[in-house]
Amino acid sequence: MPKKGTKSTKGTDDEPQQQQNKLPDHLELQRTRVICKAGAPTHTEGFQYSGAYAAMGVDTSVSVDKFCMNFKVEVKRLTEDDMEFDMIGVDASIANAFRRILIAEVPTMAIEKVFMVDNTSVIADEVLSHRLGLIPLDADPRLFDYMSENDVPNERNTIVYKLHVSCQKGSPRLTVKSGQLEWLPEGSQLNMAAPAQSGNKQKTYTSFSQSQKDISKESLGVKFKDITIARLGPGQAIELEAHAVKGIGKVHAKWSPVATAWYKMLPEVVLLKEIKDDDAEKLVKKCPVNVFDIEDLGNGEKRAVVTKPRSCTLCRECVMGPSEEQVRLTRVRDHFIFTIESTGALPPEVLFTEAVKILEEKCERVISELS
Amino acid sequence: MEHGSVTDSTASSFSIMEEDHTLANSVRFVLNQDPRVAFCGYSIPHPADNKVNIRVQTTGDSAKDVLKDSLQDLMVMCQHVRGTFDTAVSDFRQNKTAEGMDIDLNKKK
Repeated sequence: MPKKGTKSTKGTDDEPQQQQNKLPDHLELQRTRVICKAGAPTHTEGFQYSGAYAAMGVDTSVSVDKFCMNFKVEVKRLTEDDMEFDMIGVDASIANAFRRILIAEVPTMAIEKVFMVDNTSVIADEVLSHRLGLIPLDADPRLFDYMSENDVPNERNTIVYKLHVSCQKGSPRLTVKSGQLEWLPEGSQLNMAAPAQSGNKQKTYTSFSQSQKDISKESLGVKFKDITIARLGPGQAIELEAHAVKGIGKVHAKWSPVATAWYKMLPEVVLLKEIKDDDAEKLVKKCPVNVFDIEDLGNGEKRAVVTKPRSCTLCRECVMGPSEEQVRLTRVRDHFIFTIESTGALPPEVLFTEAVKILEEKCERVISELS
Repeated sequence: MEHGSVTDSTASSFSIMEEDHTLANSVRFVLNQDPRVAFCGYSIPHPADNKVNIRVQTTGDSAKDVLKDSLQDLMVMCQHVRGTFDTAVSDFRQNKTAEGMDIDLNKKK
């Protein structure tokens, strides 16, 4: 590429079609697309440096104003717990920051401490506790504070659940489901070991000054009531109390608010030549996700057209073999198809907004540290 | 934390604790867009250390100011992303209701 650059600065007339402030087509393609050939993708790494094409008189920098003008979001699907949207005009580094924050830094509530009173089931205490930790809770983490080491568990940082199940002797085996976890809005019901002083209320493992019903309008239950926690045989029982606290996915995956959050670059499929009749049929058959379709030209002729480029998985089947020179398979570098699957504590659109806020907070923190 | 020579403020390394690729890579991108920057890069010296080093060399301005500006720019970009995203979501919801489709608006929490 520097070869071209020197050419144009010398002012040779090699490329008369090149206008001011515009890259020649092949360079523009390399700059904005990842090109997928039969062998391997090429030009995977873009030029982040704003002066990369300065020698050609082309400014590719992204100032804040330019970014704000070009940035677009298009929501494609939005349900209660998953969403897909297109993020256009953003660099991979920023998109990846949002993804990383969604997975590891947006807080949720999860069970962290389990007080075992009785566990005669076959599942060991620590395994049972681990399983409890992974249950998604239907609690808005924005209503709660983090609990640091010296904090006393109170109604602002702890949610308490009780599980008391037993399987009667002579009855069939019992499956314990997450729905049997009972939310205790008034706090722990377990008494501390020390005997109560007369007159005083018996001390428990939490000190709630008000009911959690006043904090949250909705009940803070589990999100899914049909998760199997354990199975009990006749005569076995589990009695425990579980304390949920606020945390982030970086510390433990149980606090991750998303099942997955991922993005991919938009696939772009271009037919370089007109593909007709038999070749068209062959091409359509080749694609396992039906990106191509056949258009009837009327006079008995058929032509291949690209109808569903979004579903392209870049298997590169279409650029292998004879159609190699006829199909151009690329990915658009600044167009991301972003998908968020929430675990249920917060709806996906709120999660994304929270993630962006967290990146802002990070910037703010470093700025204040620098000044 | 800033490391740089006392006489030359145009080149510095910044050591930021409790940050990782999330911030460093984004900041590197924004820094690369700044015409005042001659060189920038970041590294995580050891995966067990919870810190990143960001190197900034400028064409004349103070490296610290340039880094601060780029962080500020990143913040403005984030605000814009949030605004655009919220508008897109509410537009999507409105279109859906206009189409009379069955969506759970009251499920919004």
